[in-house]
Amino acid sequence: MNPAQEQIVGTSPLRKEGAAKVLGEAKYVDDLSLPGMWFGATVRSKIARGRIVSIKFGEEINWSEFVVVTAKDIPGTNTIVHLIQDHPCLADEFVNHPEEPILLLAHPDRARLPQAVAAVKIEYEPWPAVFTIEESERMDPIVWGEDNTFKSYVMEKGNVDSVWDDAAFIVEGEYRTGAQEQLYIENNGCIAEYSEEEGVTVHGSLQCPYYLHHALMVAFDLPEDKCRVIQTETGGAFGGKEDFPSVIGTHAALLAKKAGRPVKICYDRGEDMAATTKRHPSRTRHKTAVSRDGKLLGGEIEFAIDGGAYSTLSPVVLSRGTIHAAGAYLWPHLRIRAKAMATNIPPHGAFRGFGAPQSLFALERHMDKIAAVVGITPEELRRRNFLHPGDATATGQIVKDPIDMNAMLTRALEASDYHAKTARFAEENRTSTIKRGIGFASFFHGAGFTGSGERRLNSLVKLEVNPEGRVVILVSSTEFGQGTNTILCQVAAQALRIPYEEILIAQPDTKRVPNSGPTVASRTAMIVGRLVERACESLVQTLQTGAELKVAYTSEEFRQAALRYLAWHGELHASARYEPANEIFWDDENYRGDAYPAFAWAVYVAEVAVDMTTYAATCTNFWALQEVGKVLHPVLAAGQIEGGVAQGIGYALYEKCVWKEGAMANNQMTNYIMPTSADLPPIHVLFEEIPSIHGAFGAKGIGELPMDGPAPAILNAIEAATGIAFNECPLLPEDIFEAMTGHNGGSEDLDPAVAGPVFSGSTS
Amino acid sequence: MATQKIAFTLNGNGTQVDAPPMRRLLDVLREDLHLTGTKEGCGEGECGSCAVVMNGELVNSCLVPIAQTQGAVLCTIEGVATSEGMHGIQKCFLQRGGAQCGICTPGMILATTQLLARYPEPTEEQIREGLAGNLCRCTGYMRIFESVRAAAEDARL
Amino acid sequence: MRSNAAEYDLIAPGTLDGVLSAMAEHPGALTPLAGGTELMVALGAGRLLQKSFVSLGGLKELRFLDDSNPEVLRIGAGTTFTDLRRSEVIAREFPLIAQTASWTGSLANQNRGTLGGNIANASPAADTPPALLAYDAAVELISVRGVRTLPYSEFHLGYKKTALVADELVFAVRLPRRFAGYTQWVRKVGTRNAQAISKIAIAGLTRVEDGLLYDIRLGAASLRDRPVRLTAVEAALEGRATTDETIRAARAALVGEVAPIDDIRSTAKYRVAVAQNLVEEFLRSV
Repeated sequence: MNPAQEQIVGTSPLRKEGAAKVLGEAKYVDDLSLPGMWFGATVRSKIARGRIVSIKFGEEINWSEFVVVTAKDIPGTNTIVHLIQDHPCLADEFVNHPEEPILLLAHPDRARLPQAVAAVKIEYEPWPAVFTIEESERMDPIVWGEDNTFKSYVMEKGNVDSVWDDAAFIVEGEYRTGAQEQLYIENNGCIAEYSEEEGVTVHGSLQCPYYLHHALMVAFDLPEDKCRVIQTETGGAFGGKEDFPSVIGTHAALLAKKAGRPVKICYDRGEDMAATTKRHPSRTRHKTAVSRDGKLLGGEIEFAIDGGAYSTLSPVVLSRGTIHAAGAYLWPHLRIRAKAMATNIPPHGAFRGFGAPQSLFALERHMDKIAAVVGITPEELRRRNFLHPGDATATGQIVKDPIDMNAMLTRALEASDYHAKTARFAEENRTSTIKRGIGFASFFHGAGFTGSGERRLNSLVKLEVNPEGRVVILVSSTEFGQGTNTILCQVAAQALRIPYEEILIAQPDTKRVPNSGPTVASRTAMIVGRLVERACESLVQTLQTGAELKVAYTSEEFRQAALRYLAWHGELHASARYEPANEIFWDDENYRGDAYPAFAWAVYVAEVAVDMTTYAATCTNFWALQEVGKVLHPVLAAGQIEGGVAQGIGYALYEKCVWKEGAMANNQMTNYIMPTSADLPPIHVLFEEIPSIHGAFGAKGIGELPMDGPAPAILNAIEAATGIAFNECPLLPEDIFEAMTGHNGGSEDLDPAVAGPVFSGSTS
Repeated sequence: MATQKIAFTLNGNGTQVDAPPMRRLLDVLREDLHLTGTKEGCGEGECGSCAVVMNGELVNSCLVPIAQTQGAVLCTIEGVATSEGMHGIQKCFLQRGGAQCGICTPGMILATTQLLARYPEPTEEQIREGLAGNLCRCTGYMRIFESVRAAAEDARL
Repeated sequence: MRSNAAEYDLIAPGTLDGVLSAMAEHPGALTPLAGGTELMVALGAGRLLQKSFVSLGGLKELRFLDDSNPEVLRIGAGTTFTDLRRSEVIAREFPLIAQTASWTGSLANQNRGTLGGNIANASPAADTPPALLAYDAAVELISVRGVRTLPYSEFHLGYKKTALVADELVFAVRLPRRFAGYTQWVRKVGTRNAQAISKIAIAGLTRVEDGLLYDIRLGAASLRDRPVRLTAVEAALEGRATTDETIRAARAALVGEVAPIDDIRSTAKYRVAVAQNLVEEFLRSV
């Protein structure tokens, strides 16, 4: 290590693209234009399920000015490929959800499109549809496959049928979570171009350039080198731009091909909320055998998620939710039956956490219930059941992290003054109209793709040295606020021992960067970061053996060596391909083995106040303690936790999707309630660091972990405050009112027919 | 319908546009004047990412018809930095993690300029209220508050 | 953006007389646009049916706070919510209005939204009308024919229907300056702490003498198709002390005189129950 070079990993250098962002110079897709560009819009189904009988084009529009694309214009397969090919790119004869895309229109004047869309009159023969997990389970009608089930798993450990007879307690519970909208402040958008020579090029707001690349290949029947995807500066994603860009990108490309010119499609907020993916709603049923002294003997868990109309990523969301359903505890025996059901709702998709927030919500609520039944505190129950190093998880993975969850719990409860507050609130609540409570959730989150997923991804990272002798990182990993650019440059700077400021990272362009995998699953720091580290080591080696670079060097010496090498050889690259750090055993059939390369561990504590006048619960204070391996960039890492906790608080208390016949009725920011700066509590972030062998400089994944803890911690706190067990989120004041007073009038009774705000003069 | 000539001062420069009078200020800025720093997040005045300063007040440009900017003094994010470089508020957002994806940042920074103009030493409550009309989905607001406090502190020194 | 702005027209005569003449020329043909915080939302959503507008922006004749008369405060219809928040006389004599103005939308929308526009828009959920009702406000309506005044309680005729005729504008709101010494209280229950449309809001004023409540006045939002005075509740309390019994009577009276709905934000049963709780909270605070 060059003694003059500071340690950059573990410090907080300025965000690589940060200056442009604060200056307002960063260009997001709707800020961009291409010469001759037209604009596109989508004509969508107004019914949930049925047959298209006729399509008429209203005479008030001069259709010769427009380009119209239907399913017939799709050169390849009429599908948006995710895991399987059940998802039509454009509906042809049948529709299976409200907002399903049927036609695409393009015109040079953006302002003319809304009227044109409205002028396309489609007649349908409506068929019966299903809108909930329960309706889908009845299999009448069958809306997908043979039994409305996209995917199911059975995961077993030991022999759970043997535990019931000896159990001192058998505790059952049912828990539900609702859909949640990612609500990135930048809506989905892209610009597509087409030419015979170049093929299809799409510039877009997206997380996974190679996912869209693959989708284009299939829809256009084009080879790899005739499809190109370039990520533009992306204004938030959270999973909502993981699979959905495959839809909007293919649509824009179809219009560009037919129009013979570039086409931009940017959704407005109403369309984005109504038509794009959301978090899968879930229903979890627990039945748990517990010993007299509060040890988990075994359990049966039924975990069901609502996937919407097409399969998209539901099997993988289900997978992650299933594996996390047992949480951070030792289960001697376990059976989890999991299924993803089809409904006639716009397909659900990826959202930070990806199944784990759903199943962990259920588990952490259920643990508090078990504690109450057994007659011990929630804290004591956890302590008697935590996984320890050397224990086997629910999939039989041996815990290798030297994690001490007891110590984590102690630290979190001390930081939040949990015990004193529990006592004080119990006392004060007797006479106060504001009931206070404090609760916690303890959990883990697996980083990286499940099982052999990372091996299948086979990620590749490259470094290139440019003519000025500067190192450029080439990855398909995208920046969308979480700090990809910054942390990968930090890793490279440290591994190369040259200043952070001198490292460049290329805009993800599939023509230029290799496939380092999608930017999902909390894998970037851990998996891709480690590959960057290895590629850097390889580059230094190359220069030391081939360009006379000394063992200890200054950054200028490094650059000179690189220039020398370039002069001799013309180009200078290094690369690294994924290799697991050790053998990962994963049985995909039986869901047994090493589920994830690494886990992050956490204890979150929430304080709440429930106002008995308005029945409104607010989160008044929050502590988030996590062990995430090496914290590469403290400011970014804390920012990830704070942002994730804020989304989790929204999930718990504010963000309700109101549905009407399968359509989102509250698809406006006025009526889909996201917390403002006036609603969120102080969020205290604490880290433990146990460096992992897997990630760059010991980093593990961090992005999704914070989504898992807030909702159960908050509802646990609300139970402490009110004495009432609420088992569904979001939990609105109307729901608390209903439970406390026995009246109907919970949030299930929200009437989506009466929307708001109402507009002056435009209603009669 | 006819267009109108609307003249206003924008980031210190006299500017004139010829536009339908009900065209949104947001669209005039972004599409006619090619100043894309002001963003559209919701089109209904809820998210604040379209915020600009008009006659010394923060307004949501998605709700302002261009005809009503006749004779106005407007400032957008492009006018915040000076020839000497970044505004202190911008520096603090950059240094303190106040910007993650950056899409809310222009509106947030303009809201901060107005907040600090009114309350040079803002309390926590004043900061929360001052920014309550600017939604951020990435940060959970903690680092935005810190950026604002730091900017207030720096301005005092 | 779901409308084509080129299909809309906005004229700006620049004076109140000019505006009124234009509106009188073809009554109903021109829709007044003040701060735009309602109409421009409709434009963006593709729901703005009117096509021709007349701008009230910058009209000095409408933006004033006239406290020259010791008996009546006149607030010009063009007064923004920010103006209301910053006014010393309002803070001193009509604090409920300072409060409700601070709850209306965001700061950016308060800078543009006007009191006249807000009451002319006639949303039953608007935050300030309950306070105006409690304060016994009157409204001055102006046209080329002159000014007419009516009690604000007679201004709202039904759901989003007002007493304005086609060529009339709200000119000013008149507030009787007689509430010194009254106990004043207002609370809004929304979906979150800021930028929230109300589920219920109640404004309360009362004079307390020897522990008895006199001239008790309660205004409410989101409990009927328009902002209302809770006259049955007032009757149950007038001249009485705050006791468990009178509170019970007040709560019962409320049920009979409200007709809230289930909508996308909340439910009727919740609204009734919370409205009752708010009334009780007010009474216990007196």
